[in-house]
Amino acid sequence: MYVSRHLHHSNLVQFSSSLIAFSLLAIFFVASSQPANALPAFARKYGLRCSACHESWPMLNYFGQKFKDNGYQIMNDRDAPIWQNPGYWPVTFRMTPIWHRVSVGRVLEDTYSGGSTSPTGATVARLTNQGFDLSGLDFHTGGTLEKNFSFYLLPSSDPTGAFHFESVMARLDNVFHTPWLNIKLGKFELDNLLSEKRILTLTGNGGIYQLYHFIPQGDGNIFGQMGDNQLGLEVMGHSWNDRTRYSASLLSSNDGTTQLPYGNAYTGFFTFYTAFDAGKMGVDRVGGYAMIGQAPTTWATQTGPSGSMILPGSGIGNKNFSREGFYGLFYFGEHADVTVMTQHGEDNAWFGQGYGDFIDGVAPNNNTTGTTLPAGSQNPTWNGVLIEPHYVYSPQLIFVGRYETIRMSQQANGAFGTEPSNFGNITTYTIGYRYNPFMTNRAGFAWHNEYNWLHQDGTGPSLGLNSANLNTSELLLGFDFDF
Amino acid sequence: MRIHSGKWSLTNWVLSLIVVAVMALPLTSWAQLTTEDIASRNNMEAHVGNLTGHVNSDSKYNYRRYCVSCHGDMGDGNGEVAQWLDPPMWPKPRDFQLGVFKCRSTLTGTLPTDEDLFDTIARGLDRSAMPQWSTFTKQERVDLVAYVKHFSPRFVTEKPGTPITIPPEPEVTPERIKNGRDVFARVQCWKCHGVQGMANGPSASTLQDDLGHPIAAFNFTDGTRPKCGDTDKDIYRIFMTGLDGTPMPSYADNIKPDEAWDLVFYLRTFMAQPSKAKEVAKGLQLPPVSAQ
Repeated sequence: MYVSRHLHHSNLVQFSSSLIAFSLLAIFFVASSQPANALPAFARKYGLRCSACHESWPMLNYFGQKFKDNGYQIMNDRDAPIWQNPGYWPVTFRMTPIWHRVSVGRVLEDTYSGGSTSPTGATVARLTNQGFDLSGLDFHTGGTLEKNFSFYLLPSSDPTGAFHFESVMARLDNVFHTPWLNIKLGKFELDNLLSEKRILTLTGNGGIYQLYHFIPQGDGNIFGQMGDNQLGLEVMGHSWNDRTRYSASLLSSNDGTTQLPYGNAYTGFFTFYTAFDAGKMGVDRVGGYAMIGQAPTTWATQTGPSGSMILPGSGIGNKNFSREGFYGLFYFGEHADVTVMTQHGEDNAWFGQGYGDFIDGVAPNNNTTGTTLPAGSQNPTWNGVLIEPHYVYSPQLIFVGRYETIRMSQQANGAFGTEPSNFGNITTYTIGYRYNPFMTNRAGFAWHNEYNWLHQDGTGPSLGLNSANLNTSELLLGFDFDF
Repeated sequence: MRIHSGKWSLTNWVLSLIVVAVMALPLTSWAQLTTEDIASRNNMEAHVGNLTGHVNSDSKYNYRRYCVSCHGDMGDGNGEVAQWLDPPMWPKPRDFQLGVFKCRSTLTGTLPTDEDLFDTIARGLDRSAMPQWSTFTKQERVDLVAYVKHFSPRFVTEKPGTPITIPPEPEVTPERIKNGRDVFARVQCWKCHGVQGMANGPSASTLQDDLGHPIAAFNFTDGTRPKCGDTDKDIYRIFMTGLDGTPMPSYADNIKPDEAWDLVFYLRTFMAQPSKAKEVAKGLQLPPVSAQ
């Protein structure tokens, strides 16, 4: 009895001390806040704090979205670079040193026995690793070339320093003096109503929107990834206060790859939303999007000394795919908001049977003359939903959560046999916060903590064990900074 | 901290007190950001239509998010960005504590109405660092009006002026444009704005605002918008109310309402934006006024 009471009392004290420690930490975070200043490249130009355009860097708020939609202009007749000090160069770089712990639930691993140097069997094991790491490096440069002529250029590296062009675009803004017509050409982020490039999370699985990249298991269609920057032409327009906006893009179906390695297929991407004044709640948005496209499944080959090779750029046999959904952003006063997005996706049965991106080997099959679909093949379809609440304590401290789930509603079957109805389903949770202890009009800095957990049905190696479901998790702590 | 027993040791208590004291230090800087004087006006309200704005946590939050970098925590126009704004190219931010505003519907020297401030927030000020904050909800905007007002004691001791009456806009005629030209010459608009409205009058280079900062006359010809709105009514209002705090006076005592419309039409002939006055003036071949 005494022991029990003693433990109870001890636990209470421990709990109290934890509470005090947490409170002190919270007080420290709040009390040591410095006024949030501008995000570098544009803030240097306009003298606005980062909080003017970002709900929390890098996520845009309404004013930031309007600024972007106006072609990085605040429309004060001082937008053209001629009004800037000649020394002004609109460049920001961003990088993120981190510590993270990644745990993958099921990994196929060789086993050895009897002193053999060759694998004698296999097992399934959890692989967990942790340590310090780096993100890639982004060089952002953008702004106006002249009033109503804007550009954006983003050479981006992977963690080893190998660069590629993530974005390269020029834009005619306010064509015919109306905000309803703006024309963009190049490689750019699709006008996603929820921008993945401005995502507030950084882990491998939580740092992307699964809805934007989902490909059914065994499917060869990489071309419907809304989260990838694409090459094309975008026409967009918006009302004076940006409350209503639309965009329509014509894209090459090549997932943003340059030098035309695929065929001649195109994809259309369309968005629309309107926002309304919900009084003290804030300005709420509702809208929708649709991606409707075609992509090749047939590739010409050429036989040379080293055998048969695929002819790049020869893709034909275009098949259809589509993604469409609802989008809503709802505010609950100045500090809380929640974003909801849905998706219904469908790929043609040929993609479902592993035809599509044969160039990169994503699709194992080539739809050559006489090929027929296996019996029972059908269009893979799925439905997904994303819910992302935010609590913005201040422009310097934001708490983020996200729940995403994708459910297959029709499996491709065919060559894969009758697949379980939940095969490839994804469920993922992400929580985290970003705290900006300071920002100046020259730099931004965020202390970033995040945890992500992802579950996928049936995609882990099973080797006859009970479950082939795959669970992965990642804990990430890091400094996200730009200058 | 490891708990050895149900009681904290003296050392733990002392350490905790030190930690609390150190972490609370930044709180003292908050106390310096405001004054009792400004805080005494926290009950300030603004009224636009059926909306009532208040000085509250929401308006403070939005002011700190969007406005404070230029206008400063104290509303004195000394935000951290102000030092980088070089007039006349980039006018200095408004000092709200003075309670003097350019864009008003009220006579010179009087306070603006709440609606004037409400409109200014959404319209922004062309050729300055003040953007069009048109993305706020109306409630957020009217709350910000209350927040802006609470910086100045004038809004406690004085009432806003009465908005001037603007007669209906007459039809544009050649005679009215000619009359407008005469008014332009008579009240010597050209001294600052130039005989062709190009902001190159003889006084243009000497202009300063009330705080001694250089200020530029409006160039009617470069396609930019007048600061306080670009409709005909806005232009009428600007020279009848004046832009307080600047060398632009009110001409309410010098120009009759009918003449004011004539002047609006004449000024339109300078402007790059298409207008009926501009079309009518094409056939007139009016020479610039004489700079005498």
